Amino acid sequence: MNDPEQNYLSAGWTVRSWLLTTDHKRIGILYLLSILVFFAIAAAAAAMMRLELLTPQGDLVLSETYNKLFTMHGVLMVWFFLIPSIPTVLGNFIIPLMIGARDVAFPKLNLLSWYLFIIGGCFALHAIVLGGVDTGWTFYTPYSTAYSNSHVLEMAAGIFIAGFGSILTGLNFIITIQKMRAPGLTWFRLPLFIWSMYSTSIILVLATPVLAITLLLMSIERIWGVGIFNPKLGGDPILFQHLFWFYSHPAVYIMILPGLGVVSEIIPCFSRKKIFGYKFVAFSSVAIAVLGFLVWGHHMFVSSQSIYAGMAFSILSFLVAIPSAIKVFNWTATLYRGSISFNAPMLYALSFIGLFVIGGLTGLFLATLAVDVHLHGTYFVVAHFHYIMVGGMVTAFMGGLHFWWPKITGRLYPEKLAQLAAIILFIGFNLTFFPQFILGYLGMPRRVHEYAPEFQLYNVLSTAGASILAIGYLLPLIYFLWSLFYGKKSSANPWRATGLEWKTSSPPPKHNFAETPVVTEDAYEYPPLNEIGEHPDA
Amino acid sequence: MLERHSIVAEQFEDAEQQSAAAHLGMWTFIATEVLFFGGLFLAYTVYRHFYFDAFAAGSKHTDAVYGTINSVILLTSSFTMALAVQFAKIGRAKLIVRFLLLTVFLGAMFLAVKGFEYHEDIVKHLVPGPNFDPSLPLQSQIFFWFYWIMTGLHAVHILIGLGVLSAMAFLARREKFSAQYHSPVEITGLYWHFVDIVWLFLYPLLYLVQRHA
Repeated sequence: MNDPEQNYLSAGWTVRSWLLTTDHKRIGILYLLSILVFFAIAAAAAAMMRLELLTPQGDLVLSETYNKLFTMHGVLMVWFFLIPSIPTVLGNFIIPLMIGARDVAFPKLNLLSWYLFIIGGCFALHAIVLGGVDTGWTFYTPYSTAYSNSHVLEMAAGIFIAGFGSILTGLNFIITIQKMRAPGLTWFRLPLFIWSMYSTSIILVLATPVLAITLLLMSIERIWGVGIFNPKLGGDPILFQHLFWFYSHPAVYIMILPGLGVVSEIIPCFSRKKIFGYKFVAFSSVAIAVLGFLVWGHHMFVSSQSIYAGMAFSILSFLVAIPSAIKVFNWTATLYRGSISFNAPMLYALSFIGLFVIGGLTGLFLATLAVDVHLHGTYFVVAHFHYIMVGGMVTAFMGGLHFWWPKITGRLYPEKLAQLAAIILFIGFNLTFFPQFILGYLGMPRRVHEYAPEFQLYNVLSTAGASILAIGYLLPLIYFLWSLFYGKKSSANPWRATGLEWKTSSPPPKHNFAETPVVTEDAYEYPPLNEIGEHPDA
Repeated sequence: MLERHSIVAEQFEDAEQQSAAAHLGMWTFIATEVLFFGGLFLAYTVYRHFYFDAFAAGSKHTDAVYGTINSVILLTSSFTMALAVQFAKIGRAKLIVRFLLLTVFLGAMFLAVKGFEYHEDIVKHLVPGPNFDPSLPLQSQIFFWFYWIMTGLHAVHILIGLGVLSAMAFLARREKFSAQYHSPVEITGLYWHFVDIVWLFLYPLLYLVQRHA
C-alpha cells in the first residue's frame, strides 16, 4: 500500500471505474469536473450581461433575453456551482482524509448524490436549451405560477432533484464526522475545516427540504392553476417568499461557511502558527449556521412585512456580524508575528479576508431598515452578495484548490504563475464589483438591460473588470491542466502542514491510510517560536 | 470472527460503528423529512388562522370514517413493525419475515382505503378548481388543496415504505439478518414509525376541525 505508484488514480483507468466508483476522492473529482461545466455556462451568461451593460441602450439583447440570462446565471451559479463547490469537491476529497477515515460513512449514497446532481443539472440545462426561464433565481409567485411563459417547471424539477443530492451529501458528512473520526481525534482537535463543513451540513439537511417543498407547491400551483399562493382564492404570494428565504438565506451560509473553513486551514499553515482562539473560530461556524435560520425576513423589508417583524429580523441580521467578525479578528491575530509566506493559497486567503470584510460590512448597511428602503433592488445588493459569494466563496475555493492540488493530483502547480493569477483575480474582482456599490447607491436598479446615461462610466469600469476577472479564471485552468502532465511531483506534505491528510502519500492510496492513524495532539501544532523569536522551520 | 467481518463494510472499523452510523443516518434523514413536511404544516397553520370557518366547513366534508379506520390500520402496522424489530434483535428470521409482511399488508390496506376515499372525494367535487363544490366557501378550496397535497405526499411515503419493507422481508427470508446484524430492519422501523407519526398529525388537522359543531 505504501508503493507510491499505487494510488486512487491508478486503481482503475476505465470509464466504468469512474462512473461506478464509491471512492470519496474520485467522487470529489467527478464533482469538480461537473461543476466546472456549470460554472463556464453561468459565466458565459454573466459575460453577455456585462457586454449588454457597456452601453445605456438595450442594443445587444432584448429585455426578455436579458431576464433569461440573469435567471440562468443565478440558478446555475447558486445551485450548480456555489452550493456544491467546496463541500462536494474539497469536502468529499478532504474530510475522510482529515479525520483519518477510509471513506465517508455511506459511499454508495455519496455516488447517488452525484447522480442526482447530474440528473438535476440535465433538467436545468434542458430547460435552458428549450428557451430558458425568466423569473429570476427566486421564482417569486404569482409571476412564476401564473404569468411566466418560460420553462419554469423543468427548471424547478432540476433544482428539486439536485437538492436531494445536497441533502444526502450533508447527511453523509454529518455521520462521517460524528462516527468515523480516528482514535484520539476529539472534537476540539479537529481541523476547523471540519467544523465549518459540519455546520454547513446541518444547514444542507435542515434547509434544503424546505426549498424542496416550496418548489413543489409552486409547481403544483403552476400545473393546476389553483393553489395557496394565488390571491384569487385568498392565498398569499408573500408566503412563498417566506418559505423560499427560509431556505435561501441559510443557503447563503452554505455558500460561505465552507470558504471560512478553507481559509482557517490556509492561514495557520502559511503563518507557521497555531490558529488564534481555536474554540472561538469553531463555535463561530456553528453560530453562523444557527443565526442563519433566523434572518430570512431581511429579504422582505419592503414586501409588506410587518414593521415589527422587520425590526426583529434587522437586529438578528446584525448579530451575524459577531461570529463573522470573530473569525476575521482571529485570522488577523494568527497572522500577527507569524512567519508569513505568500504562496498562492495564502494570497487567495488574504484577498478572501479583505473581500469578505467589505461584503460583510455592506451587509450591515442592507440589514438596516431605513437604508435598505433606499438600497433594495439596486446594484448595491448585487455588489454586496457578489463580494461574499465570488469574493468570498470562489476565492476560498480557488485557495483551497491550490492548497490541496498537490494532494489531489500528486503534482505541484507553477507557483509564480499561480501568484500572478491570484493577484489578477483580486484586481479584476474589485474592478468589476466595486463600481456596482456606487451604481446601487446612486439608484441604478438591478435586473434591467437599459439604464440612464449618467451610469455608463461605472458600467464600463465593471465590464472592463469582468474581462480581467475572466483572465484570472482562465489562467489557473490552463496551468492546472499543464501541471497534470508537466508539474513537479509533490511529496506527501509539500507545505509542511499539520493535519492527517498530509500524513498519507500524494495522491493518497485507495483506502487513504495504510493503518488507521492515532491522533495525540491538537490541530495546527506548528513549532513554537525559539528563544530569539524566530520560527525554527521558517 | 470471519462471519462478523463479512457484514462490516470496508469503510467501518467494526459492526458497532456501522450500526451507530446507520442509526444516526436515519435520524438525520428523519430530521430532513420533518422540515420537508414542516413547510406544509406551517402554510396550513397560516391559512387555518386566516380562514378558520372555511377550514371547518371543508373539514366537515371529509370522510371521518375512512380517516379513523386508516388511523387504526396505520397504528396497528406500527405495532407489527415494532414486533419485527424485536424479533430481529433476537435473530428469529421467520418471525421477522412474518411481521414485516403483515406490516406491508396493513400499509397496502391503508392505501386501498385511501383510494376509495379519494374516489368519493372526486365524486363529491372536493377537488379545488372550476368543478369545486359551489356550496362551500371559496377558501375551502385552500383547505382541500392542503388535504390533497398532504395526504398525497404521505401516501408517496407509505409507498416508498412498502418497497423498503418488502426488500427487508426478502433479505430476512434469505437469512441476511442475525442477532449481531439487524440495523437495516431497525432503521426501516424508524422510517415507518415516522410516516405513521405524520399521519397522527394529519388526521386531526384534516378530519377533525370543529367536527362537533
